[in-house]
Amino acid sequence: MLNFSKINIIFIYLIFLFISIFSLLNLQTNENIILDKKINLGLDLQGGSYLLLEINSDSLVEEKIQSKVIPLKKLLKDNNLTYSDFKISSKNLIFKINDIEKFELLFYSKKDNVVNPYIDNYRAFELDYKKSEDNYIEINFSKFGLLTINNSALKQSIEIVRRRIDDVGTKEPTILQRGEKRILVELPGLKDPERIKKLLGKTAQLNFRLVSENSEFGVDELISEIGEKLKVSKRIVMSGENLIDAQPSIQNQQNEPTVSFTLDRLGSQKFGRATTDNVGRRLAIVLDGKIISAPNINEPITSGNGMISGNFTFQEATDLALLLRSGALPTPLEVVEERTVGPDLGEDSIKSGLISLIVGFVLVILFMFYKYRLFGLVANTALIANLIMLVGVLTILEATLTLPGIAGIILTVGMAVDANVLIFERIKEELKTEKSIIHAFDSGYSKAKITVLDANITTLIAAIILFAFGSGPVKGFAITLGIGILTTLFSAYFLARHLTSLIVLKNSNKEIKI
Amino acid sequence: MMKNINFVSQFKKANIISIILFTLSILLVFFKGLNYGIDFKGGTLIELRTEKSIKASSIRDTLSSMNLGDVNVKKFGKDGDYLIKVEQKESNNNKLIPEIKKKLTDNLNAEIDFRRVENVGPKVSAELLESSIIAISLALAAMLFYIWIRFEWQFSVGSIIALFHDVIITLGIFSLLSLEINLSIIAAVLTIVGYSMNDTVVIYDRIRENLFKYTKISISDIANLSINETLARTIITSVTTLLALVSIYTLGGEILRGFSFAMILGVIIGTYSSIFVASPILKFFKVSYKTLEKEEEKIVP
Repeated sequence: MLNFSKINIIFIYLIFLFISIFSLLNLQTNENIILDKKINLGLDLQGGSYLLLEINSDSLVEEKIQSKVIPLKKLLKDNNLTYSDFKISSKNLIFKINDIEKFELLFYSKKDNVVNPYIDNYRAFELDYKKSEDNYIEINFSKFGLLTINNSALKQSIEIVRRRIDDVGTKEPTILQRGEKRILVELPGLKDPERIKKLLGKTAQLNFRLVSENSEFGVDELISEIGEKLKVSKRIVMSGENLIDAQPSIQNQQNEPTVSFTLDRLGSQKFGRATTDNVGRRLAIVLDGKIISAPNINEPITSGNGMISGNFTFQEATDLALLLRSGALPTPLEVVEERTVGPDLGEDSIKSGLISLIVGFVLVILFMFYKYRLFGLVANTALIANLIMLVGVLTILEATLTLPGIAGIILTVGMAVDANVLIFERIKEELKTEKSIIHAFDSGYSKAKITVLDANITTLIAAIILFAFGSGPVKGFAITLGIGILTTLFSAYFLARHLTSLIVLKNSNKEIKI
Repeated sequence: MMKNINFVSQFKKANIISIILFTLSILLVFFKGLNYGIDFKGGTLIELRTEKSIKASSIRDTLSSMNLGDVNVKKFGKDGDYLIKVEQKESNNNKLIPEIKKKLTDNLNAEIDFRRVENVGPKVSAELLESSIIAISLALAAMLFYIWIRFEWQFSVGSIIALFHDVIITLGIFSLLSLEINLSIIAAVLTIVGYSMNDTVVIYDRIRENLFKYTKISISDIANLSINETLARTIITSVTTLLALVSIYTLGGEILRGFSFAMILGVIIGTYSSIFVASPILKFFKVSYKTLEKEEEKIVP
């Protein structure tokens, strides 16, 4: 075990050098970047906000199932099926039918099925139905139908969330899909996430509806911001989809903050027609079911430009313009998890983490030197090399360093010497029985090898499981612990062994004590 | 040189102590329960910094007037640093945090800095608890499997009992001291599992080696010999690991304190269990070199 061929030695030190060079990249300043790789600081160290948002698709499901009513009734009529007792609920449609077999054939037809389209990706239909006694049929979304609704809502939400966050202008936000219903948002450096939370908490569905006591479409009674109760028609004159731009502005006469908007061609036409036909009536501007304002239509607006006023502060006008520009979320988003760390706490954490790392490191080094003297130096050299390589590998992987991650490094320092301790203790035993020093060292290394491997693999297993199941900061701990084990094995079995062999071969005719 | 210590004679006494501690821990966890943090119970946590003169009681009074349910305020590190925990309310109030901040600033008439805010909804906390339990179970199963491949089943059973011993007693102490269980404690428990296993494996490896070497000696003496032969390593590694951990505990800041405390407990209990729990179990199963040979015959028919 003490014989190293020249190629071996070159290989070992090349690997060491290669990995260590990467650790230097972390010293780069912003001005001269050689290679853009470095260890990222987790949100708990640099400060920032972590938000986990969840879409609520219940309202979407309700909307979608209701949209099936008209085509379904048409389908039944066209095929001379008679139905009765038709009920619409938030999740399903229930009705009685005269010919179930015929209905089933139509319902599960793969060709031109407008009511129940076949989703090729999942090889399944969008809807399912259940039949009960007395020819009652209950239609609801199939598992894959729901999945499709969720998926498209989630994709759309992510896009809108990204636009809103980019518009606020935070640095390097991370926005990712998590599972079927969630969006993960990481905002490094953000001190107060309240504004973003407020912006993400609004769906921002804007529509313009006429104020009217009765309408053929039905009326909703809505409350305006100033507490006025108004009846507005259910018919939507124009919605936020037709907006192409919105900006905050100051209305000159009253110095009042407002939001001015620009419509696309279709929107301009719709808006122009509605305002022409209804001069003198009031037009309610409804955002998320609340009336912002309901001004009188004084003259037709055909230019495609308009203005929303509503007792805003300038900040409110700015945020409303931002929401309208970015588009409406398909469903409300709920913040199901939030973790925010202020930048000064992050700095404190880095400081205390580094101090405890240095102190722990020095203590271990002193102890090893006290215990093993010359070979203590070997173990300590391996330990330092180990740390440099650990930092190097973390840099190569561009891993995220968290506070528990620093703890993982310190723990690695404490546990890394174990491999060398195992080997040295074994050599001590061998020295008692073996006359040849070289043989004693040799068999010490080879006998300890299996134990060292066994012992480290168990910790590695724990680290891998932590990585798979942990979240955020804990994942950071798992990464440093796991990589620490690998670099430990390398430094003990290659670097320290080579150093030991140099000492032993040089002094082979003298007494060597461990 | 190390003296030859007679560990085996102490096995009985140690086992009785272990069984008592184990049982007490289970009783504690079942009846007193664990103090789950917001990660697993849901709720809001706020770490704040304010002027040194502000007392915890005045913060408590201000918050109790807000009707937030169960509120816990405690000092956190330096003077003027506090940790507030608010129980999960049914409805998710998005404005809760600014409301608390405003109320505190108004009532205490002082500058208040929210240094850390964590808010975990009920759905997420339930999932985190579930995935933590899965992670620990999976880690135990993986260890069991690894030892079963590398050694014989008696060793596997021995090491798993030792692991349960360590994890349960650590949790028992956390329950006794009402220390908070959060995600980082779960990380600590998993690391303890790894460390304790590491320690057990070193002794088991030596026992196996010695079983082949000295076929005439009883398992008790083999265990004793092996524990003694590896004792120096056991102590040195525990010492270096503890040096690192004590340094995190004392200097690493408030956030890492619970984590490093759990690890320190785990290292001590884990080292103890490798000697006084894992080894006696081999004696109990009357493991001998024949057990090892039999296994080998099975593999090579």
